[in-house]
Amino acid sequence: MEHNQRTDKHLCSNCHSSEYAQLDLVLNEYKDVQGNLIIILQKAQEIYGYLPRDVIKRISDVTGHTQAKIFGVVTFYSQFRLNPIGKHLILLCQGTACHVNGSLAVEKAICHELGIKDKETTPDNLFTLNNVACLGCCSLAPVMMIKTGDTEETYGNLTPDSAIEILEDIRRKEGLA
Amino acid sequence: MRILVGQGSCGIASGAKKTAAAFAEQIRAAEMDVPVDVTGCIGLCYLEPIVDIYDDNGEMTRYTKVTPDTAKLIFDAHVVGGTPYTPAMIPADGQAFLDKQTRVVMKNCGIINPERIEDYIASGGYRALSKAIRNMTADEICDVVLGSDLRGRGGGGFPTGKKWVQVKRQSEPVKYVVCNADEGDPGAFMDRSILEADPHSVLEGMIIAAKAIDARKGYIYARTEYPLAITRLQIAITQAKERGLLGDDILGSGFDFDIEIYQGAGAFVCGEETALMRSIEGRRGMPRPRPPFPAHKGLWEKPTILNNVETLCNVPQIMLHGGDWYASVGTATSKGTKVFAMSGDVNNIGLVEVPMGTPLRTLIYDIGGGIPKKRKFKGVQLGGPSGGCIPEHLLDTPVDYEEIAKVGAIMGSGGVIVMDENTCMVDIARFFMEFTQDESCGKCTPCRVGTRRILEILTRICEGKGKPEDIDTLRYLCDQINENSLCGLGKGAPNPVKSTLEHFLDEYEAHIYEKRCPAKVCKSLIRFEIIDGPCTGCGLCARNCPVNAISGERRQTHVIDPDICIKCGICEQLCPYDAIEIK
Repeated sequence: MEHNQRTDKHLCSNCHSSEYAQLDLVLNEYKDVQGNLIIILQKAQEIYGYLPRDVIKRISDVTGHTQAKIFGVVTFYSQFRLNPIGKHLILLCQGTACHVNGSLAVEKAICHELGIKDKETTPDNLFTLNNVACLGCCSLAPVMMIKTGDTEETYGNLTPDSAIEILEDIRRKEGLA
Repeated sequence: MRILVGQGSCGIASGAKKTAAAFAEQIRAAEMDVPVDVTGCIGLCYLEPIVDIYDDNGEMTRYTKVTPDTAKLIFDAHVVGGTPYTPAMIPADGQAFLDKQTRVVMKNCGIINPERIEDYIASGGYRALSKAIRNMTADEICDVVLGSDLRGRGGGGFPTGKKWVQVKRQSEPVKYVVCNADEGDPGAFMDRSILEADPHSVLEGMIIAAKAIDARKGYIYARTEYPLAITRLQIAITQAKERGLLGDDILGSGFDFDIEIYQGAGAFVCGEETALMRSIEGRRGMPRPRPPFPAHKGLWEKPTILNNVETLCNVPQIMLHGGDWYASVGTATSKGTKVFAMSGDVNNIGLVEVPMGTPLRTLIYDIGGGIPKKRKFKGVQLGGPSGGCIPEHLLDTPVDYEEIAKVGAIMGSGGVIVMDENTCMVDIARFFMEFTQDESCGKCTPCRVGTRRILEILTRICEGKGKPEDIDTLRYLCDQINENSLCGLGKGAPNPVKSTLEHFLDEYEAHIYEKRCPAKVCKSLIRFEIIDGPCTGCGLCARNCPVNAISGERRQTHVIDPDICIKCGICEQLCPYDAIEIK
């Protein structure tokens, strides 16, 4: 079976007994709910951090949605990821107020500092950068939100320097700087 | 005594949690018994974190920009000493910002604790629901909403009462109420603030709508980017159910209605009603042609009311005070108040609720406090990616659905982005087109291909490669996309380009004919130079230049090599003597 070939490296620490145990709980709860696909995908991504290929196959097997349909939904919405992300997800706002207040310069500084582009992850798996449309904190423009596990922290009134300081601070806390 | 700390998303981002913790710590250390409570955002975003202290006689003192250090000073002076700490009290312009508004939708925002239903009920909440459910028929409810002339606040401006009557008339037994909380317009954040500060008012509006059309199930489609709003809504739903205000047999009337939160997965087009419903059904959020309208065939092909957050928040107030009361405010065709999210190059950034008919000038100068740094006003962008830019000479335009449309913008959801003379209007048009091009779902050709062609032309113009015929081509493309696109996203997409072409044509011409960016924004059209006089030869710029384009002897005027310079602007930001000029 395909899922036997999977490596365990992208499994979170919560998945002990079986790699699908948590997913199966979700599938059991939602498999007969009308319009379940996006909810199942959101919960699956919460478990695995992204949507691995065999997870999509498993969802397809249990719910009866074709893999093609699932893939169509996954690629339509910006929330879903087909690749693993780093420990800290940087959501950098590129809304209008942030644009007018210099979010491009902030992006440039972050990209330069981390050596990655939008939607990429650093080689040490510490940071992933995602440009987002608007975080709704326009009064603090330019803004970024950094998601780490279940917690999120919003940083406002960024400058290229302050953004880099924030990243360095996180690195320090991780014991890497 | 009671201490209230404003903790909406923007307050928390400004450090409100640390401020609240500082107060709690002081109170613990002094072994006092003073509650530190949470409230939502009052809309004074530029003065966050905000702390209100209520004395035992009910008098309230408002403090702004309260850091943990200031919190200690306020604690010593006010909480212990009993005298307000004047240096941190709300400044006059902040007080005026609030005093000049008319708050109907936002009346509870920043006043009550959004996580406690008792606060909402104490401020008159759920009285409208009780009236509607116990004493009114479905027809009477619809009549009141019709009489108020309330129009959709999400941007379309369709009369809410008409929508409800259309759904009510359908014989199909299963109907739905959907709240559109997919506030995707960059620059609009009023729905987030309302959901975070007063979630029960949205629920109350939805339950009244459900009663009017006899629906049993409702959905709130909320953006996943708004985690705090979703958390507070969930708390509100649980509390309302415990109190018998939601769920089975509401207020003992035998009427059942349940609300479920549906998290959007990130797609701007899902703010469009038909796309939103496809998304709730678990599919790709693609719009479909109308008719059939959602009132006939909506969610799961059943008749559906779809209203935006702000629209639904108006409903309880209208039920309580009557349609005539609501219709007495505003202009001939636009009634009531509208919440605007004001940001960009304006002194007082925040949420502003004003009666319809208020001139834009009042909004920006009187309430917003004008443009910072003594710069000149250039334009104001209204309505987000489907809206337009309004120039100085049209600032007396009143906020009114029809009047705003006449000058090339739209009311939209109420994002107001003020832009000063340092903003390039071609760059702004390109920015919006990049957004819509990226968010186009790809179903219809005019939007999918047309927006890409416009973006290519605008990018070319910003890079100094514009051709004289580009302006005509842009106009042609704008008309074609507007006429032939399937949904509002495509139809509105050309508006930022059309309005800037109309009001700021000279900037396009400067880019195309003179290869010059008047606002000095477009990188390909500017160059950095060091001015002889102010430069002291300190060498700071040369040391920080990432490409080593700056050279010069110590204490001598430095020089930038334009062939190496990548125009990153670091030297200009760093120079302590303002010796670097953009030409």
